[in-house]
Order: sequence, then C-alpha cells, then structure tokens
Amino acid sequence: MMTSKEVTQKVFTKESLFILDVRNAGDFADWKIEGHNFDYLNIPYFELLDGVEGIVEKLPTDKEILVVCAKEGSSIMVAEMLSDAGLNVFYLKGGMKAWSEHLEPVKVGDLKDGGEIYQFVRIGKGCLSYLVVSNGEAALIDATRMIETYMEFAESIGVKIKHVFDTHLHADHISGSRAIAEITGATYWLPPKDAAEVIYTYQPLTDGKGVTIGNAAIHIHALYSPGHTIGSTSFIVDKKFLLSGDILFIDSIGRPDLAGLAQDWVGDLRESLYKRYRQLSEELVVLPAHFMIIDELNNDGSISEKLGTLFAENHGLNIKDDNEFRKLVTENLPPQPNAYQEIREINMGKINPDMDKQREMEIGPNRCAVR
Amino acid sequence: MKINKILDAKGLACPMPIVKTKKAIAELETGEVLEVHTTDKGAKNDLSAWAKSGGHELLKYEEENNVWRFWIKKG
Repeated sequence: MMTSKEVTQKVFTKESLFILDVRNAGDFADWKIEGHNFDYLNIPYFELLDGVEGIVEKLPTDKEILVVCAKEGSSIMVAEMLSDAGLNVFYLKGGMKAWSEHLEPVKVGDLKDGGEIYQFVRIGKGCLSYLVVSNGEAALIDATRMIETYMEFAESIGVKIKHVFDTHLHADHISGSRAIAEITGATYWLPPKDAAEVIYTYQPLTDGKGVTIGNAAIHIHALYSPGHTIGSTSFIVDKKFLLSGDILFIDSIGRPDLAGLAQDWVGDLRESLYKRYRQLSEELVVLPAHFMIIDELNNDGSISEKLGTLFAENHGLNIKDDNEFRKLVTENLPPQPNAYQEIREINMGKINPDMDKQREMEIGPNRCAVR
Repeated sequence: MKINKILDAKGLACPMPIVKTKKAIAELETGEVLEVHTTDKGAKNDLSAWAKSGGHELLKYEEENNVWRFWIKKG
C-alpha cells in the first residue's frame, strides 16, 4: 500500500513511478495523478476480472508500480492479482478520493520580524491555501474543506488561528473557511461584492483593509483585483508576498466566466493584471490559489514566483491587444469545473449536502485558469 | 421489456457490482435482459463502459432514492 502523502513526495522529488490506473477510460482521461517522471497504463478493472495475464508483460519490473482506482476496492483486487503473478505492486490507499483530499504543507518563506508563511498544496486538485504565522497567531487564506489538516497543523506549531480569509467566492472547491472560523472563533473575511447572495455573517474584506497577526505586526493588505469574480481580492503579506487568488497563476491567468459574466468581467481582469498589478513591486513573491500543471512546482514542491518574472514570462500578462486578450479569456475556455454551480451555492451557505456528495462534487481537476 | 433476471447489488462497493453483473450475464442467453440494482454511484460509468467493451447493450438506467437501476441486454 502507498499513501497519498508518499505519492506526493515522489511528485516533489521527481521520482519515477509506474501508475496502473484501473478506472474507466473517461475518468482517466479527465483526471489522473500527475508526476514529472510517472508512466501510465490505463486498463479498467472490469477488463481484468478474468485475470491479469494479458497485462503483465506491459508492466515494468525495474520500478515501483502503483495501482489506482476511484476509492481503492478495485485497486486492491488488481494489486492482489498482480502480486500473485509475482510483481511488486502497491495500491493507492483511499484511491483518487484520498488523492483529491490530500494537503501537503510546504514552508514558502520567512517574514521579516519572525514568523513564516506556509503553503498547503492540494496536489491532486491543484488548490493552494496559506497559513501566515507570527508570534503564536495565524491567518488562514483560501482554506479547503479538509479543515482538520489546518487545525492540527496550527496546533502542532503552537499557533492560534485568528483570521480566516477567502480571496473570492470559490467555484471549483468547497471552502472550509467558515467552518474553521466557527470552531476557532476566528474572524471570517470575504469580499462583499462576492457575498451578495451569502446567507451567513462575515467581515467585509475591502480594498486597503489590513489585519495584524501576532505582535510582530505582520500586515496583510487587501488589494481589490476583480476579474475572476467581481469581488476577487489579493493580499500583500509583509510587503513581500502577493497572494494572487485566482487572478494570476504561475503559467496562466484567471478565467472570468465561472460566475457567469465573462464578457462583463474581462475588462476588470485586464485592469487588475495590466494596471493594478503593474503598480506593485516586481520583487513581490506571487503565491496563487491554484496550480494547473505539475511543471509549475518548484523543486521543494512549492508553487511561487517573483512578480517581475511573471511579467516577463507569463503569456497572459503579455498580450498587448485588448481584443486579443478578450478573445483569450472568453473563447475556447476549458470545460468548467465539475459541479461548479452547486459548489458556489455551498460556499454561499445556501445548500449543505452530506460529505459524500461534497467529495463527489469536487472530483476532477480545478480548471480555474486560461493559458 | 422482458426482464430475464434481476441482480441485487445494493450496498456493495466497487468492484463487486461489476463482478456480480459479469457472473449474472454469463448465465443468460444472448438477447436476454439483466436488471441490476446498485447503490454505488461509480457503477454508472463503469457499467456502461464494461457493457460496451463486452459487446452488451446498456438499454437504459434510472436513479431513485440513491438506488441505480440498469437494464443490460446480453450481446
């Protein structure tokens, strides 16, 4: 057996792994475990019920083999058959369900007056959340619904979560922010322009708003940067880090259509990326709310890059013509994330399906960007 | 539609619904119809893909109260 955490380490360290994915072809094509040096064979488990003789010769004998399915049941069956055939195989504990939920904390930097910033890499889905820590206190940004992970981590390093933020109303994943705020007593902040339909109370996060974490006056400064949604807000932490939400990614930019108003918001997106961000220091380290492809990972598994580098290298920041930009972000967009309308309603507090249903809605890649 | 056999696979997790469906289909003659009941949501895509690869025909399926019902014609 192999855990999602162990597979994540293999992704980070660029190890090789042979993945035998026994889900059906459609599910495999839609979403799979990505690694720099991973090789794949997709054979649905239901084609292996009579035996694995037909595929043994297609499997390597010189590298580890990981059998993967949706939940784990079928991968255990296939792994046992392969093991009986003399191969050294593992199955993925909890299957793609567990892979989708795994969060790996990576420290991305130190703050000036003591304190750190951690990035939680949701490796299977590409969501990134952040914990800013200073002198026993913490702020959490864009938390996923796996709230125990953050709370256990905060406890393990001896900090108390005081502020919880969402950079925008998410459409690709279910936010854990409100739940954490309720449990810890932290203040929950949300941009009011994204919160028109929410049915809970929150602190309005508006341009220029700041909070201080710990005694060391770690300033978190909100910068209104609409475009992905009308309320999308970025944060500048400690004058060093730019948490860009779903506006700017390492190798792509945010898509403006998930709340249904691509044509209306394309101008906002352009202004945020080409005017507001241009006024910021190029030395800021950009920490986005997503990654799309495994190539965006740094060697330690973190996802970050200097703003100046992105101005030079990110295609989405280098489109001179307004019309060309409009076309890029409104035409030929990738498919929308699975169940994104329902996910938005959950994040507004309008519906509250059970955990199984929530898991199912989040299955698949995040698809929040255009390249 | 004439149904020749009903398979109750409710409460079973993957891969069992398909394992049982495969066995049940093997006991039918070509052209006969198997009705399968399952509570495993993943069975929907898998059963249709399995039926296709095995030359069977998934005639239709419906869901009611979290129970999926499938009608498969043996090929």
